[in-house]
Amino acid sequence: MFEHILSAFLALKANKIRAALTMLGVVIGVLAVTLLVGVGDGARIYLDEQISGLGTNLMTIVPGRRETRGFGPPAGNVARPLVLDDIRALERQASLLRGISPMVMGGGAVRFKGRTRDTMILGVGPAFSDLRNMPVDRGSFVRDEDVESRRRVCVLGRTIVKELFGDENPLGQTVRLADGRFRVVGLMEERGTSLGFDLNDLVFIPVTAAMDLFNQDHLTQIITAARSKEDAPAAAEEVEQILARRRNGERTFTIQSQDDLLKTFGALTAAMTLMLLAIASISLVVGGIGIMNIMLVSVRERTREIGVRRAVGATKSDILWQFLLESVVISSLGGAIGLGMGASIVLALKRFAPSVPVALSPWIAAVAFGSSFVVGVLSGVVPARRAAELDPVDALRYE
Amino acid sequence: MSASTDALALGEPLMVLDGIHRRFMMGDEEVRALRGVSFTITKGEHLCIIGPSGSGKSTMMYLLGCLDTPSEGSYQLAGYEVSELSDEELAALRNRYIGFVFQAFNLIPRTTTVDNVALPLRYAGVGMGERRRRAAEALERVGLGHRLDHTPDRLSGGERQRVAIARAIVTKPELLLCDEPTGNLDSKVGAEITGLFEELNHDMGVTLVIVTHDPSMAKRARRNVKLVDGEVVYDGPPIEGR
Ligand SMILES: Nc1ncnc2c1ncn2[C@@H]1O[C@H](COP(=O)(O)OP(=O)(O)O)[C@@H](O)[C@H]1O
Ligand SMILES: [Mg+2]
Repeated sequence: MFEHILSAFLALKANKIRAALTMLGVVIGVLAVTLLVGVGDGARIYLDEQISGLGTNLMTIVPGRRETRGFGPPAGNVARPLVLDDIRALERQASLLRGISPMVMGGGAVRFKGRTRDTMILGVGPAFSDLRNMPVDRGSFVRDEDVESRRRVCVLGRTIVKELFGDENPLGQTVRLADGRFRVVGLMEERGTSLGFDLNDLVFIPVTAAMDLFNQDHLTQIITAARSKEDAPAAAEEVEQILARRRNGERTFTIQSQDDLLKTFGALTAAMTLMLLAIASISLVVGGIGIMNIMLVSVRERTREIGVRRAVGATKSDILWQFLLESVVISSLGGAIGLGMGASIVLALKRFAPSVPVALSPWIAAVAFGSSFVVGVLSGVVPARRAAELDPVDALRYE
Repeated sequence: MSASTDALALGEPLMVLDGIHRRFMMGDEEVRALRGVSFTITKGEHLCIIGPSGSGKSTMMYLLGCLDTPSEGSYQLAGYEVSELSDEELAALRNRYIGFVFQAFNLIPRTTTVDNVALPLRYAGVGMGERRRRAAEALERVGLGHRLDHTPDRLSGGERQRVAIARAIVTKPELLLCDEPTGNLDSKVGAEITGLFEELNHDMGVTLVIVTHDPSMAKRARRNVKLVDGEVVYDGPPIEGR
């Protein structure tokens, strides 16, 4: 076997330009596989990180019944809104939750000394900061007594601070939020963007103050979390029962767990990666056809050589292996080169353009190289068989 | 395979042909290239096959070389009935007993002379270092010890044929089968090659079967077999003016 591989290399060396051209198709194919799958995989890892970054074992309760998990639009209208009493019931009765925060979401302008910024205003409870992994940098977050007394205080995200205050210290200052005046009691820590959303461009106020400000008595959603990963299913069950009991057994709300979200996005990105892989495979198939064609030409051109080899003692299977291995060596070499190029590009992107989500996982490398090997075998079989089946005399008489 | 020529002494029969026919189909037409050929070649013989073009000489060579099998009749090489052997056995038989020299040299292009010459040893399962050593030795024997790493395109016609002869003798075969070996060479170089064959026959005791058009080459053999239209019309010592 070693002999055959060696002579395959010698044959390639004897015709370098042709070998290079033959390889090109596979190089491009494997390069495409590495890059496209790298993009798909990068997207998966990015979404995973983003969703995991939201918090741990999170659950979001939204009003209305959704038939499917994940992102379907609400089926039917919102029957019963979520209210603060739901929060109190959960706080009293649930035992598997780590914290519960109501949330009222609204948009509005925030103004300070003639500077204005349109932003998102979130009415929340004290638990929000922990649940969503968004700590305060200076001052304090929304506190229980703020919520109880419907106090007009606010905690500002980094972007707001930068835009409105510049170098001034915002703590203790008063800003206008929509039509209300709010005292700044805290500043959030710097956070990145999540799924394209700037987490620094937010203003937090007590949920009660938000209800006053937006003149509404229902919640946009409830955010909570299971105590541990193991408790998550039971916790969801518990929440469901407590809320349903308050609605005469009707489930007019939907619980979305972080896990559901991960699964949904996971399925989505897996589908995308597969699709990209399928597209890339086409170029690999084209590369394989290229190899087969050139191998067929090569068999024809080397007919005399095949005759001579048979004359000096080569068996049919010697000839078969010779051409098969030549094809495999060409293809694998092309695969290795394509993989090397793809990996370099991915690593360069990671290094010089870290915001582009690409990844290079070992399985891509294995798939890319493995498929080039398989392509080599598949495209070598027909030419190799043709070479092996040549009649030695015909081969020697061939002009 | 059970028989062996290791015990064969000079003068014992190496090849025995009995009523050999070889027919080809050309479309619907049957071509009868050999029509009942019978003769015996003994070990160490120096024999030339002559005859007009199309008389079946090359067909004969391929049969003798176990590259082809007869349509009818019996051919025994070193005791083996050739038509009973499998593809692998035939390959092994060729490798062990036969060296071929062709009119067109048939060296493998872009491959050094030493690798060309070593080729049969590879199929004999000889290790790489030993292969090179023995190939160099064979090249030395044909007077090309200084051309080991040349590729065929840098050699003259005579040199190429010497490389081909080195390849044919590298396995120390019983039999050299040469199909018009000087056909592509001018007469001076042709005479040198003829001399080389005679030396090999004399020194190594190798059996020489040479197809030739060249009367001077045929004259120097001890025996001539003349084919016409696939039949043996003369079998005996060379005759002047033939
Ligand atoms: N594979 C083949 N198919 C059909 N006819 C063939 C084949 N090989 C040889 N022949 C025919 O057999 C005859 C003898 O050919 P060949 O042995 O090459 O003659 P020579 O070598 O004496 O010139 C010729 O008529 C040739 O056309
Ligand atoms: Mg001929």
